[in-house]
Amino acid sequence: MDLDAKIPSGPLAEKWNRHKFEMKLVSPANKRRYRIIVVGTGLAGSSAAASLAELGYQVEAFCYQDSPRRAHSIAAQGGINASKNYPADGDSIFRLFYDTIKGGDFRSREANVYRLAEVSGSIIDQAVAQGVPFAREYGGSLANRSFGGAQVSRTFYARGQTGQQLLLGAYSALSRQIGQGSVRMHARKEMLDLVLVDGRAAGIIVRDLVTGRISRHAADAVVLATGGYGNTFFLSTNAAGCNVTAAFRAYKRGAGFANPCFTQIHPTCIPVSGDHQSKLTLMSESLRNDGRVWVPRKQGDQRAPHEIPPEERDYYLERKYPAFGNLAPRDIASRSAKEVCDAGYGIGQSGLGVYLDFADAIQRLGEKTVRERYGNLFHMYQKITDENPYQIPMRIYPAVHYTMGGLWVDYNLQSTIPGLHVIGEANFSDHGANRLGASALMQGLADGYFVLPGTIGHYLAGITPGQVTTEHPEFGDVEKQVRDKIGKFFSSNGSRSPTSFHKELGKIMWDHCGMARTKAGLEEALRKIPELRDEFWKNLRVTGNGEELNQQLEKAGRVADFLEFGELMCRDALIREESCGGHFREEHQTEDGEARRNDAAFSHVAVWEHKGKEKVPQRHQEELKFENVKVAIRSYK
Amino acid sequence: MNWVGRLLTSSVGCKVLMAVTGAIMLFFLLGHVAGNLLVFAGADVINAYARGLRDYLPLLWLLRAGLLISFVLHVIAAIRLTRLSRRARPVAYQKQDLSGVSLNSRTMVLSGLVLLAFIIYHLAHLTFRLTHPAFASLDDYDVYSMLQISFQQPLLAFTYIISVALLMMHLSHGITSLFQTLGLNHTQYNGLIRCLGPALGLLLGLGFSSVPLAIMLRLLP
Amino acid sequence: MKLRLKIWRQKSQDSDGAFENYELDGVSSGMSFLEMLDFLNERLVSEGREPVAFDHDCREGICGACSLMINGAAHGPQQEVTTCQLHMRAFRDGDEICIEPWRSAAFPVLKDLITDRSALDRVMQAGGFVSVSTGGVPDANTIPVSKNLADLAMDAAACIGCGACVAACKNSSAMLFVSAKVSQLSLLPQGQPERGRRALRMVGQMDKEGFGHCTNTSACEAACPKHISVSHIARLNREYLKASLCGGEEELLSD
Repeated sequence: MDLDAKIPSGPLAEKWNRHKFEMKLVSPANKRRYRIIVVGTGLAGSSAAASLAELGYQVEAFCYQDSPRRAHSIAAQGGINASKNYPADGDSIFRLFYDTIKGGDFRSREANVYRLAEVSGSIIDQAVAQGVPFAREYGGSLANRSFGGAQVSRTFYARGQTGQQLLLGAYSALSRQIGQGSVRMHARKEMLDLVLVDGRAAGIIVRDLVTGRISRHAADAVVLATGGYGNTFFLSTNAAGCNVTAAFRAYKRGAGFANPCFTQIHPTCIPVSGDHQSKLTLMSESLRNDGRVWVPRKQGDQRAPHEIPPEERDYYLERKYPAFGNLAPRDIASRSAKEVCDAGYGIGQSGLGVYLDFADAIQRLGEKTVRERYGNLFHMYQKITDENPYQIPMRIYPAVHYTMGGLWVDYNLQSTIPGLHVIGEANFSDHGANRLGASALMQGLADGYFVLPGTIGHYLAGITPGQVTTEHPEFGDVEKQVRDKIGKFFSSNGSRSPTSFHKELGKIMWDHCGMARTKAGLEEALRKIPELRDEFWKNLRVTGNGEELNQQLEKAGRVADFLEFGELMCRDALIREESCGGHFREEHQTEDGEARRNDAAFSHVAVWEHKGKEKVPQRHQEELKFENVKVAIRSYK
Repeated sequence: MNWVGRLLTSSVGCKVLMAVTGAIMLFFLLGHVAGNLLVFAGADVINAYARGLRDYLPLLWLLRAGLLISFVLHVIAAIRLTRLSRRARPVAYQKQDLSGVSLNSRTMVLSGLVLLAFIIYHLAHLTFRLTHPAFASLDDYDVYSMLQISFQQPLLAFTYIISVALLMMHLSHGITSLFQTLGLNHTQYNGLIRCLGPALGLLLGLGFSSVPLAIMLRLLP
Repeated sequence: MKLRLKIWRQKSQDSDGAFENYELDGVSSGMSFLEMLDFLNERLVSEGREPVAFDHDCREGICGACSLMINGAAHGPQQEVTTCQLHMRAFRDGDEICIEPWRSAAFPVLKDLITDRSALDRVMQAGGFVSVSTGGVPDANTIPVSKNLADLAMDAAACIGCGACVAACKNSSAMLFVSAKVSQLSLLPQGQPERGRRALRMVGQMDKEGFGHCTNTSACEAACPKHISVSHIARLNREYLKASLCGGEEELLSD
């Protein structure tokens, strides 16, 4: 597997500009002869599809939702980082670059991250020009806030709906192109496989989710913007439909999958309330600015929180991390919550929860101030739990939130398959082992607006447009495989629903490949998952048929891929014998429970290559070189 | 003139037409009720007023024509919009909770239809004098006697009062609605506008119904 | 708790539908409404019966995918929530719940409770944007916007495009949806150059899609999970009238 990242030469700050000059261009008159498929219409997909169409390419965009506006980028709350340095508090491109590299625990590529920081400012300009209603100061300039423990205020926001507003901005740009006929939008269409012709990405096979019709789509390049794989865990903050299918199909067709074990667990989510639970809801991280996290000192204490006197409470974050206290980083806060719950101190019926208490803040600041700061979050919490957080402490528990791993891409965002580009959360490129708050939106839009539209031209300029049509035998072969697989879902005639398998897989993943991982646990997961997969194919029941709107069939297809992908995650986690960022191996911690990285052995990207059915995938490495930052150890004591 | 066609055929433009014609009729009603109230000043005053109107015959006909056109356009627009909305929901809900929607706004078509019937009768009754043979013996401008004769019949008086009540309902939604339709709103005055419909509707209703009531209760000289 | 559910079932867009009744026992009050339907579906699948199809995705009230007319109210009996945020504690043991799809000529039913709301996308494609291409835009802070104006624009921009306004309106009017976008962009300086054209084109497309007209009943505002105000409809009317009556030549020339 060729893992040449194709990083341009020259000093870090000049690489992107130099590369822009060195890349081949497609002449304006020729652009309309090229057809590009974009799968997914979140921030990355919408912005890419719109920008490519504006340049003059023919674009075919696909999403499984009924409208491109519904992609899950819409749920991001907090904000978007950009190194504008509007507040003049010492921010710069280099500082955003450094924070991102360090936040990612030194497991990302310098050149990519620097470029991300470099174009971050343009994203804000673009969004404002589109009419995105960012928060403003009274003087009319843009407001900034500090987020996720950053030392500078570089986060732009639109109330608690920044993701929604940025997505609607990109969606409006996309809508304009659809209206003009330069993008053909295919909503409610799910990509089920990738077609390669002569080793290049040549198109996709798609199922119409309304009619069940399978269709072939050929193009000169394929762009995947299909998001992350957090739903492997069943319960996550992802939308119900988020899935790994497109990325995993690409992997099976030869694209390298990088760092699948890097998943981010968000510490402040509303805990699971019962078996019926279908998703977890995130509560903004900002709550930890004033809330105090605690559990009872007595195991299994069933008293109501106000009946537990202060001396019988364990404010464990303040106890363990006196300097950072309740503001300890996401991974540490999450892991600590798991530790106390595993030790039997958890609260609520399930014992999987800790208190986030605002009583002290209300006493100190008054309820009015607390309401001003967190009113909308408290309101949301109350809607879901029917408990008033002004009176009863919030119950929170960590949940899977974001996946840093993804399809491997080079500097041009091209995967190991020529012509297959991957953008946004679906690729692995910028966040290393841990993503900073307010950086996901930044990366999706940087890829879609400013990076891919340039780099894809470099690829296209080297090929002749329109060479492959859907009549090519490869399309026939892949389509047949897709049809056979759909047929197989109906043939087992078992008794269990796809969801029941998904839940079971999620439990295995959460128990063994969640916040803290061990060799023994991962090995157990690697034993259990294939067993579950066997049962899936023997005992699955999918009602209805394939020629109609069939949500059970959609679900079965996604679960089938999760069942294989989960194994890859565990495999990756097992081999990475270190703790870094979102990946914590209990064997690799310091005496006081901190993550211990192993730079000598693991300062690389692990890239997995599919070797065929029932064969062990091969692990490759892309070594990471740090020439501009000093590799350091994170400490939050 | 393309834009006129586009404006009038669009749903928003059609509503604007409703609003403008409604407003014209509202102004007429304000004048009408002011004239009616003269009845309380006695037979001489109101009859003189009726005679006085005829002195400006061209102007009167101009007003009548404007009113007629407004009325016809209002009805045409209403028919068009009602058909549009029927088409927009071909399958009705099994259950629809309309508790949050005011009765007045829901019954605009109904109150409008009743008013249409009422207006036809009203014209036949007092303008063309076709309903009461007794009117034949009266002087051309003896409005006072016509009213006395008519509203001493309780059935007719009640019919008028009920029609006026429906007019009140129609106006309380219609007046507020016409501001919204013409885009005349402002946070500062929205509260006022919301009250204006019901308030003006009520005033007009009281004004109009006071005449038959007063006659029925023999409060007039 | 135990519920009696009366749910609209329809095989496909072309087929006729009908209500079917289901008895569902074991519903817990902590379930969200959609989790209750998941629960029903798991039971139906285990009995080998066809589960109920319904639209949903984020399940946290922001994507706008979920819909449902619940006992005659769009997104159910509570104010300012989407169906996915509605919890079963809003109902009582033994309740009968009638569940219908959005009903509108512009939203044909695709299956059971799923409707096709792409008409809203087409309205957006007609003009719900600022025509700027990627790159070549001024620095963000060179476009000052007063805080109040930005807040007002944000109020309108909060629309999630779920279609509850259309569903709740007795005329199936999409005016609240259209006005939210027109309002957002007409308030901001970025939206000025295309202001009139946008209003004309979006309303034109809205009519073409077969939505009804607005009778100012405010039912849409009451049903809107994001509580978008009908004052935006007044602004749309104003924009539309202004563009029609005294728009610049460019507006008269545009289709």
